[in-house]
Amino acid sequence: MSDQSSVEILTEWDIVAARQLGRNVAKELGFGTVDQARITTAISELARNIYLYAGKGRIEIQQLTENGIKGILIIAADSGPGIPDIRKVMEDGFTTSGGLGAGLPGVKRLMDDFKIETILGEGTDIRATKWLR
Amino acid sequence: MAQEIENQYKEILNEYMKKQTEQNLYVGQNFSRQLILENIAPEEVISMHKAAIQELYSELPEVVWHSFDFLIEMMINYGLALQERQSLLKQQEELKVEMDLAANVQETLLKTKLPLLEGLDIGLLSIPARKMNGDYIYFVSDHDGYAGVAVADVIGKGLPAALCMSMIKFGMDSLNSSHALPKDVLSVINRIVEKSVDDSMFVSMFYSNYDAKQARLTYGSAGHEPAILYRAKDNEFSELFAKGLLLGVSPAAVYEEHTVDLEKGDLVIMMTDGVTEGRNEDGFIEREVIFELIERKKDEPAQSIVQYVYDELERMQNAQFQDDFTLVIYKKV
Repeated sequence: MSDQSSVEILTEWDIVAARQLGRNVAKELGFGTVDQARITTAISELARNIYLYAGKGRIEIQQLTENGIKGILIIAADSGPGIPDIRKVMEDGFTTSGGLGAGLPGVKRLMDDFKIETILGEGTDIRATKWLR
Repeated sequence: MAQEIENQYKEILNEYMKKQTEQNLYVGQNFSRQLILENIAPEEVISMHKAAIQELYSELPEVVWHSFDFLIEMMINYGLALQERQSLLKQQEELKVEMDLAANVQETLLKTKLPLLEGLDIGLLSIPARKMNGDYIYFVSDHDGYAGVAVADVIGKGLPAALCMSMIKFGMDSLNSSHALPKDVLSVINRIVEKSVDDSMFVSMFYSNYDAKQARLTYGSAGHEPAILYRAKDNEFSELFAKGLLLGVSPAAVYEEHTVDLEKGDLVIMMTDGVTEGRNEDGFIEREVIFELIERKKDEPAQSIVQYVYDELERMQNAQFQDDFTLVIYKKV
């Protein structure tokens, strides 16, 4: 079962819209303040990556139920250049933005499940889930 | 988060709210250690704080609760930074274990046996400044009255130096003759190093060949610290200098070769710059200091002299050697 909605990422303001969408869904599902903040931080990071490296893409938020447990799924999809070395971007201490962003390892830590698929020249699809405990 | 911890936090906080004593703060700070041990993220601490205040002072205005939510948002990246740090610490620990293993492998790889030669007493000490030794000492001996010894120093320390060293060892193994002449040995190793090592890595090497029957030392050097000859009958020290470029600089480098005949009581001191470039509070330790140390013990076995020099230099530098230390002494007996 899933409910879905999405935000196109084109400008920096769309990052805020994606966060808002994620926060609404997370709140509705019953996530506490700390988890809401974690989920929106993950969304921020993913949306920012799209904005900075792919130019445009989409953040999709889905509500999930699996074995009676509710969860939130973030999908970040773009048709950007893809990531040449996934291992590298998943390493601690390596953030492509060169800043203090959480990076993809941060997203992985903030969420419970994390999957990434990327094809050079075609784009990247990242799926991250957090379950309501 | 464990209810237990939340209750404890509320209790400790409540005590402090009632009475702002140093004692109560101290209890709180000790509790924070426990939180860290249990991997409680900073945002969770604030959430816990908010919950506790809500229970204790429910009548506070809305803005206070909003401010806590804002603070939680602020702390998320701090929490991530903390987790990243923990994961990096774990990686560092793993690297340390690997380095220890590599150091063991290197030790085994570079093990060298002191040759037995008629009329020659040999002392040797090689101590790395870090885990991996950037100095290299290797004896080639066929038990036929000849022995070669290579004393080398890779410019650079640690792992890259150690890897470079294994290459030199294989070069030496490929020569595998105690009769080989220094200029030939140096040329061969020079070509190997030149071909296979990064441009920024150089090796200095002193190679000598000793003929026990004639008590004759033939030596050559590739930009290495000159060896020292101590003449017993003159009670004088002099340098055994030989011209030659560092290994790995140019494939066309040629190496000089000289000979010296040893007499009873003479010493040949071969070393790396870790011996001569020691520092104490007043600057570099002068070469003369080392000569003095050696002279004091010249009548003792070669190994005792080597050990004495090391102990004394270590004492002068407050046990802080900056560089790998390798010292070989030949004593004609």
